Amino acid sequence: MELDIVELSRLQFAMTAMYHFLFVPLTLGLSIIVAIMETVYVMTNRPVWRQMTKFWATLFGINFVLGVATGITMEFQFGMNWSYYSHYVGDIFGAPLAIEGLMAFFLEATFVGLMFFGWDKLSKVGHCVVTWLVAIGSNFSALWILIANGWMQNPVGAEFNPMTMRMEMTSFFEVMFNEVAQAKFVHTVSAGYVTASIFVLGVSAWYLLKGRHVELARRSIAVAASFGLAGALSAVVLGDESGYNATHTQKMKLAAIEGMWETHEAPAPFNLFGIPDQADRETKYAIQVPVVMGLIGSRSLTEELPGINQLVDEAEARIRNGLIAYDALMQIRADRGAAAPELTAQFEQHSADLGFAFLLKRYLDDPRLATDDQIAMAAQDTVPGVLPLFWAFRVMVILGFGFIALMLFFFIRANFYGMRFPRWALRAAVVAIPTPWIAAEMGWFVAEFGRQPWTVDGVLPTALSVSQLSVAQVAFTLAGFITFYSVLFVIEIGLMRKYILKGPYMDVAETDDWTRRHTDRLTGGRGLEPAE
Amino acid sequence: MILHEFVDFEILRVIWWGLLGVLLIGFALTDGFDLGVGTLLPFVARTDIERRVAINTVGPVWEGNQVWFILGGGAIFAAWPPLYAVSFSGFYIAMFLILAALILRPVGFKYRSKREDERWRAAWDWALFVGGFVPALVFGVAVGNVLQGVPFRLTEDLMSIYEGSFFGLLNPYALLAGLVSVSMLVMHGAAWLQLKTEGMVADRARTFGAWAAIATIVTYALAGLWLAGGIDAYSFAGPVATDGPSNPLMNAVVKGGSWMAAYEARPWIVIAPALGFLGAALAFLGFRTDKEGWTMLASKLSILGIIASVGLTMFPFILPSSIDPNSSLTVWDSSSSHLTLFVMLVSAVIFVPLILAYTAWVYKVLWGKVTASDVVDKSDSVY
Repeated sequence: MELDIVELSRLQFAMTAMYHFLFVPLTLGLSIIVAIMETVYVMTNRPVWRQMTKFWATLFGINFVLGVATGITMEFQFGMNWSYYSHYVGDIFGAPLAIEGLMAFFLEATFVGLMFFGWDKLSKVGHCVVTWLVAIGSNFSALWILIANGWMQNPVGAEFNPMTMRMEMTSFFEVMFNEVAQAKFVHTVSAGYVTASIFVLGVSAWYLLKGRHVELARRSIAVAASFGLAGALSAVVLGDESGYNATHTQKMKLAAIEGMWETHEAPAPFNLFGIPDQADRETKYAIQVPVVMGLIGSRSLTEELPGINQLVDEAEARIRNGLIAYDALMQIRADRGAAAPELTAQFEQHSADLGFAFLLKRYLDDPRLATDDQIAMAAQDTVPGVLPLFWAFRVMVILGFGFIALMLFFFIRANFYGMRFPRWALRAAVVAIPTPWIAAEMGWFVAEFGRQPWTVDGVLPTALSVSQLSVAQVAFTLAGFITFYSVLFVIEIGLMRKYILKGPYMDVAETDDWTRRHTDRLTGGRGLEPAE
Repeated sequence: MILHEFVDFEILRVIWWGLLGVLLIGFALTDGFDLGVGTLLPFVARTDIERRVAINTVGPVWEGNQVWFILGGGAIFAAWPPLYAVSFSGFYIAMFLILAALILRPVGFKYRSKREDERWRAAWDWALFVGGFVPALVFGVAVGNVLQGVPFRLTEDLMSIYEGSFFGLLNPYALLAGLVSVSMLVMHGAAWLQLKTEGMVADRARTFGAWAAIATIVTYALAGLWLAGGIDAYSFAGPVATDGPSNPLMNAVVKGGSWMAAYEARPWIVIAPALGFLGAALAFLGFRTDKEGWTMLASKLSILGIIASVGLTMFPFILPSSIDPNSSLTVWDSSSSHLTLFVMLVSAVIFVPLILAYTAWVYKVLWGKVTASDVVDKSDSVY
């Protein structure tokens, strides 16, 4: 087993996935914001809303294209770099990916062209419907991707088939309504709504600071603050739900996030600050808040949360159990379908721990020959890197509460203070532009790095999932992607900057026409003209 | 859930083999003309306005078209996991080239006209050429290799080990298959351009299209003759359980004989290659006589026939192994489970008609030619 291939493949996946997720959250949120703006335009007929729609849609388009381009890599690299994973769980994992294409991505991609090219070819309402279809498509896309990812965290509705040497689906219903997937879906799209809202808020705030496009900027802030406040609240609440799910499904991840080495009697305290030390197995300089961890993790004062050390002991027991299943499996396979019933019974009784036996494959080809030391080492491997998880999680949570505060402030000023925003707050909004991306990347880091050493929790170790490639091949494509993606990133940021500096496209004829009609109405005495 | 038991495993496998073909053909018919237009771009369009016209013929539709490719990948993953695992890791560098080209292409479409700078635009024009030509070639090369068998073997754990190299993929027969693919997609791109443009761009597209139709006929005929005379086929050594577990190692396979035996066993499949030739010939006539719509239709028929002929000739083989024939992937031993195939079939039955309907509607809305004045007048909203 080449460890280098594993590390390189992981690095490549982390790089391409995190890069892809620079564009996805903005697509998820901005598609809806643009659709909301266009709906207001259709309802009120005011040119400024059309201008807003077109302006934010232009930025949406620049971002969308890179989301699509980098998404292609995501769809194909499972087979390229993770071929044993693809074989082993493709029966379950492939289905949501394919349904994503059928149900969501097709919708989104087919209509996005019409969204940009169809302004003159469709009626107002028709175009607005197209914009909504793009938004719905991109959000459904996230649903199916997170059903796939949720299954990696909590592999329900599947069992191992000794004849085909892979996991096979037993209930599509369970895979689809996996509680982990559902919580993750809402959490992730909410994070996307926050990202887009802060982007719109920050760019608009910059316009206000410069005194440019004031009408567009103020209205955009009003939309972004309302939408973003809802998104931020939902992201934090559903994030908490994900944590609660982990109490039952991924105890080790939860313990690592908390830097909780020993099992504490219920209710456990929460480590507000600390420096987890993996070698000494303790969290140094810990500042603890009593009771809180017990409340977050179990929503009770009496349920005990297991610490890392206890979970390692449990993992060791499961490895030994898994070895019994592995031994039975090897005999069943040798018999080619004609195995004795007691062997099958032995396998089925222990098959839930089969994946734990595979942890030993890192040390030797036949896990059955493992020494006690090797079993102990494999059990230790079930602990992910505690320090990075501990801090990535805290950065995400702190930012999450910051988003609520920011959005709440702008929401109140927009709705109750006549859109008067203090300059310091506008500056803060500009500075805040990159922060939701940091929070989102931290979130994925916690979810994926926290699942290590598994690709599918408790079922398939990462080290076993990779393709049988040479180091040179993986290094070549890794270098290729890094070069390629860096260039595209520079170009993307450059174009975003150019179009933000350029500002909205003014449709002079339409604006004049609208002003004339309203002046007519005003002279007719049918109401006051709003302060345009 | 026992609902899936109502459809036999065997039948589901055949249906998914057919749907795999539908997706590949769907990809070639839609994204195929995008690739062709990309390849033709530097040649049929000389000035910036002309190039923008050509790009804007595919501008509103390439994103949707490309989903056929993404969905193809997803469907292979879901319905044929061993095929996904073996082929994508085996054709590793080739896959990377396709990915690189396909990433370059969307960015090229979207970003090219966002700056006035001439060098910027010229650079993206070449990116679009590469983004069209490279995938068109590599897809054909891949098919050429599949017909010969690919050097992989499966371990007892069903882990795939590939023993070939990237340059091994570039053998003479595979390169010929690559030329078939490039010729037919260039023909298709030209058919699209003569339908959607006017003036010089359309005239040049007709000229290139006519040549590409001839090249399609010639290269396809050569590839067929070579296949009949010089390439070993694969077949099962004994009887096969068509509803057995998806474990390729359970069925013994031998190498030898001719793929053309399929035409004796199932004479009706000759309709596929016939359509391939006939479509290309009609497209040639269409290009020479300015029958815009008919040319496009003929080009579609030709592509349909050519791709279908590969699948029908090889059935039930999907990916034969040249170094360990027993590892070969076939329709009967490399699918997903009975339940997964059924769930996927239900999704396809619901969504594929919907997709076809709204795609048709979008094409209808966008009906009509893209002109130079469109590009100049709406400079702000088009590519």
